[in-house]
Amino acid sequence: MRVDNPILAERMREQATAPIGAADAPLFIANLTVAYADKPALWAIDYTAPVGGLIGIVGPNGAGKSTLLKAVLGLVPTVAGEVRVFGRPIGQARERIAYVPQRSSVDWDFPTTALDVVAMGLYGRIGWFKRVRRRHLNFALERLDQVGMAEFADRQIGQLSGGQQQRVFLARALAQDADLMLLDEPLAGVDAATEATILNVLRDLKAQGRTALVVHHDLQTVTDYFDHVALLNGRMIAAGPTGEAFTEATLLDAYGGRLATSEIRAAGAGD
Amino acid sequence: MDRTLIDLLLLQGGFNTTLVTVGAALLGAGAGVIGAFTLLRRQALISDAISHATLPGVALGFLASLALFGDGRIAWMLMLGALATGGLGILATQWIRDHTRLREDAAIGTVLSVFFGLGIVLLSHIQTLKSGGQAGLEAFLLGSTAAMTTSEAWLIAGGSAVVVLATLAMLKEFAAVCFDADHARALGWPVAKIDLAMTFLLLAVLSVGLKTVGLILIIALVIIPPVTARFWTERLGKMVALSGVFGAVACYFGAALSASAPALPTGSLVVLTAAAMFSVSLLLAPARGLVAHGIRLTRFRRRLMLRQALLRLDQGEPMVPRAMRRLIRLGVLDPEGAPTAFGRAMARDASHDHLLWTRYLARHPDEAFAVTGWGTRPITEVLSPDQVDALEAIDQ
Amino acid sequence: MSDVILADFLTIDLPAMLAGSLAALGCALVGNFLILRRQALIGDAISHVVLPGIVLAFIVTGTIAALPMMLGALAAAVVAVGLIELIRHLGRLETGAAMGVVFTTMFAGGVLMLERSAGRGAHLDVQHALYGSLEALLWLGPTDWASLLRPEVLAELPDEIVMLAAVTGSIIATVVLFYKELKISTFDAALADALGYPSKWIGVGLVLATGITAVAAFQAVGSILVIAMFICPPATARMLTDNLARQIWLSGGIAVLAGVLGYLLAAFAPQLFGTVGSLNAAGMIAVVAGLMQTLAMLFAPRYGAVAQSGFVGSLKRSKT
Repeated sequence: MRVDNPILAERMREQATAPIGAADAPLFIANLTVAYADKPALWAIDYTAPVGGLIGIVGPNGAGKSTLLKAVLGLVPTVAGEVRVFGRPIGQARERIAYVPQRSSVDWDFPTTALDVVAMGLYGRIGWFKRVRRRHLNFALERLDQVGMAEFADRQIGQLSGGQQQRVFLARALAQDADLMLLDEPLAGVDAATEATILNVLRDLKAQGRTALVVHHDLQTVTDYFDHVALLNGRMIAAGPTGEAFTEATLLDAYGGRLATSEIRAAGAGD
Repeated sequence: MDRTLIDLLLLQGGFNTTLVTVGAALLGAGAGVIGAFTLLRRQALISDAISHATLPGVALGFLASLALFGDGRIAWMLMLGALATGGLGILATQWIRDHTRLREDAAIGTVLSVFFGLGIVLLSHIQTLKSGGQAGLEAFLLGSTAAMTTSEAWLIAGGSAVVVLATLAMLKEFAAVCFDADHARALGWPVAKIDLAMTFLLLAVLSVGLKTVGLILIIALVIIPPVTARFWTERLGKMVALSGVFGAVACYFGAALSASAPALPTGSLVVLTAAAMFSVSLLLAPARGLVAHGIRLTRFRRRLMLRQALLRLDQGEPMVPRAMRRLIRLGVLDPEGAPTAFGRAMARDASHDHLLWTRYLARHPDEAFAVTGWGTRPITEVLSPDQVDALEAIDQ
Repeated sequence: MSDVILADFLTIDLPAMLAGSLAALGCALVGNFLILRRQALIGDAISHVVLPGIVLAFIVTGTIAALPMMLGALAAAVVAVGLIELIRHLGRLETGAAMGVVFTTMFAGGVLMLERSAGRGAHLDVQHALYGSLEALLWLGPTDWASLLRPEVLAELPDEIVMLAAVTGSIIATVVLFYKELKISTFDAALADALGYPSKWIGVGLVLATGITAVAAFQAVGSILVIAMFICPPATARMLTDNLARQIWLSGGIAVLAGVLGYLLAAFAPQLFGTVGSLNAAGMIAVVAGLMQTLAMLFAPRYGAVAQSGFVGSLKRSKT
């Protein structure tokens, strides 16, 4: 449709250029709405992730935390809205993102070793048809070492403990050398050593100016672990530096009756 | 439609043909009914393993009855053989699935192809024997009612009737296990035994129907009618009944049609009739059909877009050009792109409605996203007046 | 071995063994990925819809030339997989049910077309489609081992074997060339997409490879044996190793072994028992493959049922 009206045309031009200002952000989301069949799961999410942020995505079960990551990656269809990664549509920015899926979504019986899995993170750089070389495996081994898993390199992945599996997938994300990391519940059900390792790695990444979005379920540790929070319950309740976005009021808003006030206090939310 | 087909459909085609046609209809009903439960137990393709696994049984039944009675084509011996190796096929599939690292799809594929291979080997052995009647065995592959004897027809009709009656007798038990096996177990139902009965009836109906529809296509009888029925209803009882009816119609029509002219294989006609009913349902069923689904989805997207645009209008935020054009068409914005009085009122209403929806989400998060129309339809259309009043009363 | 017996062997038995083994090898290599993707039954569905594809190609072109048949069958495979996805998605059905609807309907259509057309006269019938016709392959020409490689003798190779060799060769090349791509898209489709290997298109490629091998093997060994070869050798290898590359080559070896052993058993076992005639070779190859898989499922060193129950047993003993 051609627009003859000068005022409307002006507005449209404004809007067409509007996102550019935020478009350099590692992740820019505008009006993102996702629905399964005809029930909305994410409602008009607006969000801009800061460069070098270590961001916790927090919210009750079914709040759409995993759906948000999947929508960013284009793994679930969206009804409305826009996602930009470093100013580009997701299709053109895939090499700058690494994704660590939930443990339950992986076929742990697959005939492959820990080192193999980490090496897969390099496939993008290796390119079509070319084989995995010794130097690629060495690089993958270094990443495994970075998460303290070098001695398990030849182990079939199903024979690792839950925490070890999580570290292998983190090492794979490291091998991808991405600037934006999306991690879906990496700290769920892992041992203390793994938790410490993962946090160290995430902080290193932050120090290098990379950005990480981490779906997190444990309210008690949010303030210790993350400098930014995105509080989600179908819609974006609050987003920003932890001290501002993770407060008693926002938590009440997100969790409603599902959380006792004492639990919110215990979470150490600022007020 | 020619004269003969109408005769056949009206059961005027002679006693034997009538018996075959009625028997086929009973078979279809039995398969449809038991198939509905199989589908709900997510075991549709186990029947593929079972049906192929019956072939060596048929061949062994032939050899056994040849040795015992001097005639290889004694129908109940063949059927017994089919039941035996079909049952063995079920056990093998379950063992592979439960006791090795191989998954169900590989287990089914292994059993169906290896048992079938064994059946072919046995058939090739039978071909070399100097006895009559081997030719009839090929009917088990693709189904044929043409050369069916009266005793075979009685066996099929009787066997199908038994399956239908047994399934009806156990309707309540099957329904309980299909709906929630753990719950049924907690209530003290013998779930494993009920499961076994269900599997046995499936095996029985597949063995009984081999001769009519053929072992390659018979699984269509336990899959297509229930899947078709699923499009028309959300209720178990109705689905089982519909599935039985669809199965009966497909078999009845297929058998009659195939008797009307030569070179019309019964199995193919039965399956194609069932597939035609499926296609119509897929497209036109009122709630789950494609057309209805498409209309619903389009409406939902429209409502969602309108609602989000109105909210943005009320907040004074920018919106996408497409939404803007839509609002102009609706008279919410004037052609200049500025809101009209009507538009302001609508935006205010939408904003208030959304506030209530947001409160609802905050207080009843579990219900909120389960309810159809959260955030897209006026809250008064979805929630009861009491609920809306309670939400209005909250002051924030 | 006397000259006459050797010549018979080279003319009758060798081409059948070659065809059986080549078909088994090609199917098994593809089957590894089908099994790991939990799509073993896609192989089942595709091998069933090959029939309507071939019949339709015959009705349209009026010939039984290899190329139109191959294209017809491939088209049928793609249509079937597309329909399965469509019905599964739009009808909200589980894959198994959607598959059951699609392949039985297409197969039924194929049988009906076959019975109604003149296809029966043209060496196209349902029996052959199911059983294959390994025994009908003859290599007229070779008289002794040394003659096998002479150009004029090679020129006499049955067309089916030449096609099978070409197809199996390209499958081997494809698996070697695309090993990395197949592996990553099978293990983690999301990562494959993220790294620029479109998993959906690799999946379509796998369906095409499945279709091509199924069609090539179909003529010689029949559609049911095709399923056995897609599944049994990879499943056997799967029981024996945790290394994907090793699993693939192992499955190839197992497939060839099953092809040779199965044929020999079918051709010569009746004579050992003093009866005349021979058994269906395609069926016997499937049975041998099934037996090998059963042995592996029971006695595989680490994952076999015996070792597993022994392991569990020893754990229990160590606890007390």
